[in-house]
Amino acid sequence: MLRESHSIVPPDPKLDTIQRIGLSVLGIGLVLFLLALFEQEIATGSWVFYTMLFGIVAGGITYSLRTHLKRPPGIHNNNLVKNTFTAVGAGGWLLGIIITGFYTAYYFFYQESALTKAGTEYRPSITQIFDPLSQLLRNSNADIWFVYGACYTIAVLIMGIKALAKYRHSKYQIVRTCSIMFCQFGFAFIVPSIMERLNQPYFLPNYFWPLEYKALMPDKVETLLSSGKSMAGFVFGWGIIMTLVATPLLTYYFGKRWYCSWVCGCGGLANTAGDSFRQLSNKSRTAWKIERIMIYSILIFVIIMTAMVWMDAWWGTLGGASLPVRKVYGFLIGATFSGVIGVGFYPLLGSRVWCRFGCPMAAVLGMIQKFKSRFRITTNGAQCISCGNCSTYCEMGIDVRWYAQRGQDIKRASCVGCGICSAVCPRGVLSLENGPTEQREEYTMDLLGSAKARKLEKK
Amino acid sequence: MQPIIIIGNGIAGVTAAREVRKLDSQVPILIISGETDYHFSRTALMYIFMGHMKFKHTQPYEDHFWKENKLDLKRAWVEKIDHHSNSIILQGGEKLGYSHLILAVGSTPNKFGWPGQDLPGVQGLYSKQDLDELEKNAVGAKHAVIAGGGLIGIEMAEMLITRGIGVSFLVREKNFWGSVIPEEEAMMIEDHIHEHHVDLRMGDELDSIHAGDDGKVSHIVTKAGEKIECSIVGLTAGVRPNIDWIKEGSEVETDRGILVDNHFRTNLPNVWSIGDCAQLRTPPKGRRPIEAVWYVGKLQGAFVAANICGDPQDYNPGIWWNSAKFFDIEYQTYGTVMPDPQDGEKTFFWKAPDKHITIRINYRENDLAVTGVNVFGIRHRHQVWEKWLSDEAKITDVLSQLAGANFDPEFFNQYEDEIIAHWNHDNSEQVTKTVGKGLFSTLLTKINLFKAN
Ligand SMILES: Cc1cc2nc3c(=O)[nH]c(=O)nc-3n(C[C@H](O)[C@H](O)[C@H](O)COP(=O)(O)OP(=O)(O)OC[C@H]3O[C@@H](n4cnc5c(N)ncnc54)[C@H](O)[C@@H]3O)c2cc1C
Ligand code: SF4
Ligand code: SF4
Repeated sequence: MLRESHSIVPPDPKLDTIQRIGLSVLGIGLVLFLLALFEQEIATGSWVFYTMLFGIVAGGITYSLRTHLKRPPGIHNNNLVKNTFTAVGAGGWLLGIIITGFYTAYYFFYQESALTKAGTEYRPSITQIFDPLSQLLRNSNADIWFVYGACYTIAVLIMGIKALAKYRHSKYQIVRTCSIMFCQFGFAFIVPSIMERLNQPYFLPNYFWPLEYKALMPDKVETLLSSGKSMAGFVFGWGIIMTLVATPLLTYYFGKRWYCSWVCGCGGLANTAGDSFRQLSNKSRTAWKIERIMIYSILIFVIIMTAMVWMDAWWGTLGGASLPVRKVYGFLIGATFSGVIGVGFYPLLGSRVWCRFGCPMAAVLGMIQKFKSRFRITTNGAQCISCGNCSTYCEMGIDVRWYAQRGQDIKRASCVGCGICSAVCPRGVLSLENGPTEQREEYTMDLLGSAKARKLEKK
Repeated sequence: MQPIIIIGNGIAGVTAAREVRKLDSQVPILIISGETDYHFSRTALMYIFMGHMKFKHTQPYEDHFWKENKLDLKRAWVEKIDHHSNSIILQGGEKLGYSHLILAVGSTPNKFGWPGQDLPGVQGLYSKQDLDELEKNAVGAKHAVIAGGGLIGIEMAEMLITRGIGVSFLVREKNFWGSVIPEEEAMMIEDHIHEHHVDLRMGDELDSIHAGDDGKVSHIVTKAGEKIECSIVGLTAGVRPNIDWIKEGSEVETDRGILVDNHFRTNLPNVWSIGDCAQLRTPPKGRRPIEAVWYVGKLQGAFVAANICGDPQDYNPGIWWNSAKFFDIEYQTYGTVMPDPQDGEKTFFWKAPDKHITIRINYRENDLAVTGVNVFGIRHRHQVWEKWLSDEAKITDVLSQLAGANFDPEFFNQYEDEIIAHWNHDNSEQVTKTVGKGLFSTLLTKINLFKAN
């Protein structure tokens, strides 16, 4: 057999020229973006948009493809727990503070500064430079939320390409990553833009109550239905059907994952831009306790808030008491938690902080997954060597190994079915499967201890 | 009441402690180890070095686990066993009494008396301390030599390569891991090792190690007479039971390992031994007296616990299984597959063209009963193979239901059709596929995956 010859010099783990070029080009794009954001004179005109877009897309893709394609296909999380950006070093803190600061400014202050100048017909430069794209899609000028959506989508797409390269040995990851990229690009970006262009109501097909709580708020529903727009009924019906029919049905058949790691934009960003931070999720039992308290409290909060708003709207029973409740929810949960903390804290607490501790949609899906679903992660007999890769890389902070090493199938409410535990396992122990509901969480392999004896052991 | 003392907080000792605790909620249990404060997964050492995990991540239980399950821990080295007074003596002289003593002291790397084997920069890879040493030796290193082509050797090569350190890998055998896997699989692994830029030298051995002016390793010379410059030498020519101190400091009967009966009793009363360091006087059929792998330590821990807690059980480990990963290629085996088929055995082998994917099923010539399987690059279900092997299923039936054993993630390419076609091409007894992949289909193989408890 003729063997291919390979150099015996191993690849240099440091950045090579191509990676450096990629990073530099990306840097130019980001600098232009910041200049526009801070209203610098030079950053106006459409050349800025195209240069910025080119810099971010070409630089980002060059860097990430080079980084992953220079290694053979497989799991190579080299240095991830030591790198300053991904291991909460100085770089991680810096990144966390920048993103959090950016989000805070953008969510709470940017809009206002735009408004105060609105009298003079002033529009922030950042929106101006996005006009070409906005005109193309929506036939109108950009506003700050269009800019936000566009940036979010670009992040998911570029980092999605990175994820495709990183996990190219795993077909599950390839199909899933394509799905989240498609859902963000098509459903969360193109569809709403087209609807606007056609003078139809605002429509985000991949978000519904309780995550998109506004979808069931009486004022929104009323404006929607009385708008006279031809697709208003469809948009309303879609929301209702997704919440009441599709959610339980799909979760029964496939588990929570159909939404959280195939469709949702928050999950989409976490599994693309956030992928390098997944190991930062806290695996302790204490964190699990906090998670359960928080996520179900927020679910109760959103239910009570929705009910109060409706009572006020229909019967005026509460004398407007629902207004402050709704405001608090919108500020604390809708903006601060899901936006600012949810993304800003990626480099500090991992990529799924919002999904794990906050999202009411995840709470509902999780309950269905736990009590009535065909989904589980099967453990392969007694093959586990307790290495800990699965637990380390579980973005939801599930101690997967605890189950795997005692041969127990995993049926946790919080599992979003990202499949990374199965991908990183060096011994082929874990598989995400849909099967008969009766036999979930059974012990597929037993040493000697009976299930009863196992229960005596405290986690 | 004197505690049950377990020496060694590896997988064997810790499993024994946990299983005793499940059977007896009161008896005091003390686990002693000199290596680390808490149990960690030795198999994960490489991932710490490569920066996939921190040391903390390799500890399977949170620190509160031990207290809550009333398992006492002590960090100390044990030096002597005084069985007349049912006690052990620690380094520093402290004496502790036991009701039962379990020796689960693991292995230590083999050294074969190579000249220069104790120079700074020369090391094995077994303990946390070895890892710390490698971390030091790797600073500024350009090239390393690894001597011994087993599983730890290839892990060490992978570790060093990720730091950009070149590796010359000396493997005595003609084929890689040739004492365990057949030639076709070995060739594939060798190709893959080359793909990872390792200077693999098959059929060559370490002869001597030499120091430079600074007293540290500067180069080695191979049996073939070649000189290789290096600042690290990894000795990975297997492991042996870590029992030198037991030979000196006790009357426990030993051979290569600590001799035990099939209840894991040593020659001394209330003294037991399990895991890498134990040597069975009469191993179960088809098994070796010392099996230094993770799974065996875990099983033996469970058996010794039952035996100590008054539920005597003869050691019955069931079918042999094992798994490993060679750089990016996963490997699983169930049953026995020797490098060459045994008497009366035939072998069926298939390899995906241009891919690192193979399957080999060995079966008996007379009744076609399967005896073992090797899979590389495909994951297979443990329980399904356990059932097929213990039922002595015919290879033709196994092939027709093969997808039922497939444990790859969803959407992965499946090769059962090609595998069956390959069989049908070479054999007169034709096979058709009857079962698909997935949990629902697997249940069609009439295998009860789930043990009712
Ligand atoms: C790098 C590496 C990778 C491996 N990968 C795999 C794999 O993938 N699959 C697999 O099946 N097996 C693997 N193995 C083998 C597996 O790890 C061992 O079989 C298993 O850990 C042995 O467990 P044990 O409990 O018998 O002993 P150990 O884990 O060695 O535990 C013994 C403990 O006792 C302590 N001790 C010894 N003497 C004393 C004393 N006098 N006083 C106090 N403490 C003492 C030791 O310090 C040690 O902590 C690997 C081994 C290594 C080194
Ligand atoms: S990654 Fe696999 S082998 Fe490692 S602890 Fe998890 S299930 Fe076990
Ligand atoms: S358990 Fe596995 S599939 Fe579920 S969230 Fe964690 S890593 Fe993803």
